[in-house]
Parts: sequence; C-alpha cells; structure tokens
Amino acid sequence: MILEPANTSAVPKTDSADNNDWRPAASLEVIKIRAALLARIRSFFEKKGVLEVDTPALSRFGCTDPAIESFRSGYRGPHSADGLPLYLHTSPEFFMKRLLAAGCGPIYQLAHVFRNGELGGKHNPEFMMLEWYRPGMDHHALMDEIDALLAFTLDGFFDYQPARRISYRRWFLDATGLDPWSDSVSAFRQFAEQQLASVPASMDDTELDPWLDLLVTHWLEPRLADQVLFVVNYPPSQAALARIREDSVAVAERFELFLNGLELANGFHELADAGQLCQRFKNENRLREQSGQTVVDYDEHLVAALQSGLPACSGVSIGFDRLVMLAAGLSELGAAIPFPFQRV
Amino acid sequence: MATYSTNEFKGGLKIMQDGDPCSIIENEFVKPGKGQAFSRVKIRNLKTGRVIERTFKSGETVEAADVMESDMQYLYNDGEFWHFMEPETYEQIAADATAVADASKWLKEQDVCQVTLWNGVPISVITPNFVMLTVTETDPGVRGDTSGGGGKPATLETGAVVRVPLFIDVDEVVKVDTRTGEYVGRAKD
Repeated sequence: MILEPANTSAVPKTDSADNNDWRPAASLEVIKIRAALLARIRSFFEKKGVLEVDTPALSRFGCTDPAIESFRSGYRGPHSADGLPLYLHTSPEFFMKRLLAAGCGPIYQLAHVFRNGELGGKHNPEFMMLEWYRPGMDHHALMDEIDALLAFTLDGFFDYQPARRISYRRWFLDATGLDPWSDSVSAFRQFAEQQLASVPASMDDTELDPWLDLLVTHWLEPRLADQVLFVVNYPPSQAALARIREDSVAVAERFELFLNGLELANGFHELADAGQLCQRFKNENRLREQSGQTVVDYDEHLVAALQSGLPACSGVSIGFDRLVMLAAGLSELGAAIPFPFQRV
Repeated sequence: MATYSTNEFKGGLKIMQDGDPCSIIENEFVKPGKGQAFSRVKIRNLKTGRVIERTFKSGETVEAADVMESDMQYLYNDGEFWHFMEPETYEQIAADATAVADASKWLKEQDVCQVTLWNGVPISVITPNFVMLTVTETDPGVRGDTSGGGGKPATLETGAVVRVPLFIDVDEVVKVDTRTGEYVGRAKD
C-alpha cells in the first residue's frame, strides 16, 4: 500500500541509493494526467465565462465545522510584534463568497486546502480542491454543469454519464428502510448492530448524525460501485452552509456526488442570510466546546459580506486528486499526488 | 493499563478485543467530507486465528495487549505440555494443547518455532515452514517408480500423516511444508 509510511524506522539509512523517499509517489504518467485535467478544467470555465480567482490559503479565521480541523499557524513580524494566530484554509469558500458579495460574478478556483487529522487511502491532509460558484443558479442547475464539466474533463479517461439524482431520504429508505427525518436514533442503532460487522463502542443515542455517517460510510457507499449518483437534500442538521428549505419537512439544499462509491463533490444552494450564518458558526463552536475540541475564530468578514449582500448562488467543491484517481484508475489517493504526506 | 488511540493504529499493533489479544492486519481511515471519521480495521484474534472487522470512532482508545513473539526451541512433550526454551536465556515455558493446536503434528525436538506469548503465557506456536521428519510407517517402497504419481500415505515420527510418492520407504527422512501439510521432497543426504 502506497500510503504506508516507508523507511520511517529510527535506524538511519546507510546506503542512500536504497532510499527512494525523495522520489515522487505518482508516476510520470499520472503527473501528466493531472496536467491534462487541470488544462481541461481551465478551458471548460474559460468557454463558460467563469473567472479564475486565487485567494489566500492563510486566514485569521478558521473552519468551525466540528468534523473539520484546521491547521494552525501564526505570523510574527512588522505590524504584528506579538504574533498573529492564523489558520490554513480548509476550503477557499469564505474568500470566494467575499468576492461574490463584492460583485465578481461566476468564479472558480483550483486551490490546495489543508485538513488536519485526515490521512488514509482516500485522504491526504493537503489536497487540491476545484471550487466554483454560479450566481443565479440553484443546486439543480449546478449539478447539470457538474455533469458537463466531468464529461468534458474525463473524456478519454473515464466514461462519465450524467449522474442519477436521488434524495438523501430516498437513498436511506431504499438501502436501510429507515427515514432519517422520522425514525429514532435507536432504530438506526438497531440496524447498524444487525447489519454491520461492528459498531464503535463510544456511539451513543444522543445524536443521529454519527449514525448516519456510520451507515453512509459502511453501508450505503460500499453499495455504490459502478454508480454515478447525486445525493440531494440533506437533513438540516447536515446543512453546513446550504440553504434550508421549509417543505412539508425541512431539507438542506445540499448535494454530494458519488462516483463508484467515492465521495467526489459537495455542493450547496448557498445560505445567504447573515444572521443564520452567524448562528450556525456559533452552534458549531458550541458543539466543539461540548466535545472538548478547540473553539475556532469564525469568519467575521464572511458574516459582514453576507450582511452586505451575497447574490443568490450555488457552489460546489470537487476533490481534484480523487478525480485524478478515477481518471488514472488508481485505488490509492497517494498515487495520484506527486508528493503525498509521507514524502513531504 | 496501556492503551492505544486510533491514531496509533497500524498493521501489527497488538490490542485487546472481547477479552482476547488481537493483531491489527489492516487499518483504513474512513470519513465523509463533512462528517464523523472512523477507523475500520481488520484484526486477527491471536488465540483463535480468526479474522474479524471492527470499526472505531476516530479518537477512541483500546486496551493494548501485552503480546510478545519469540523464537524458541522445542524441547519435549511431557504428555500434557509442550516445553520450549528461549535459546539466549535458557528460560523454559510450557505450552498447552490449545496453544500448540495443529502445530503439534510438526513439532520435532530441537526445531526453532515462533511462540506467541500473551502476558507471558504461550497462546500460539508456529512451526518452521519446512520440517525434516522420518517416516515411521508406510507401505513398502516401489523401487524404480520415481514418477511420484498417485502416492500413498506415510506416518511420520511426529504422528503426522502425509501423502508421499510410492518410492519412499520407512526410515527415510522427508521434507514437508507445514503450511500445506504437503510432501516437498526427500532429505538430501
């Protein structure tokens, strides 16, 4: 397995010719596929009149989402003799929304982003994200554009067909018979205990979301081999920064794209209400406090940008390295990245 | 009590599960982009050899298992226990039938085996991949038949029964693969 740490033993290598850690982990062929995909993405957006932007990786503010940990850094020097705490961004979302509020129109970005604590066969703590925003589009129109972008970008590498769309509720009902909007936590526990090889000992019945995550990763995703699927309309507790629509039941206008069981994209019909945004940030920090995680300085600039007015828009991020995995037919993310975490 | 967090999980790590010592074979990090992270591991129960799958929430801790693997020389069987010696310290330990299990039919005095100790007590014995054992009982050899086709059962000095070619005779020493229980060849003299 490529992501196994290589040569990390305490004994220093005596024969440097034996030590291949300096080499890229991705083959030259894969590095060329990366370049080809990047070029196609840029050409796709150029034709569509979507502007490429480039925003900072360092910010005074971090990501409050309890499931995402920011790397922390700091600045010391002119204008900050005492040192200024800084976060590496976990997504270019906040800066891009400030651009949108400033009236920039449709934008996209290819950005390296950083998430602490995420390393495995499908995860690298630093990865490349393709993120774009479409003023005037709802999430369904954006999903159409994602289909077009992926068909164009993967042409010749992967036979991409427009993804089937299914609601999160229907997805769960079909696969488990359970309704995340109405069934109890104990019903989900019972299903997990009966169907999965094991259930983590520390799972309790106070919250439904960890059970939904357990079943998505251990039951639903593994059943998506050879499928291209948009899962749409998430439970409001998993809205992140999506709008919540009050139908007969409240749903978050959030979607995810799964390609052969791999989570490839996450998008929102974007929340534009500054008051609600502020509430969600504070609520996430409260959850952080409850679980003993560090509280994060939430982005006041973004709140101010929404107060000033964010155009109605939808936005999505695609894991670029996972896209390379699919295009190159790789089974490990580490082989899609020139220098994955173990080689940095 | 020593514990490991999921961040320390890797192949070969020894942990306690259901009261038994286990070894991690494979550890997979699983996480939805905006959700709970899990460690999905395959582990081998070191007492039964059975492989099971377990899922932990990232950050959970598990009890460490005090497991040691040691190369030891097999000395003798006293009718109830199999006795092994640590070649450096001359320390001797006794393994019961549960620990020795199927290895018993390949155990020859002096052979060096891998003994797994849990809290200092042997729980499993792995014999060398190849052992040389004397045939104690088999039908008379068929001279000239070196084709090896067909074959016949032969009882070895340890009591194991393996299929050998027709030309093998009593008192000959044969080489056996203990992982498959198959005859590999005649000992070169």
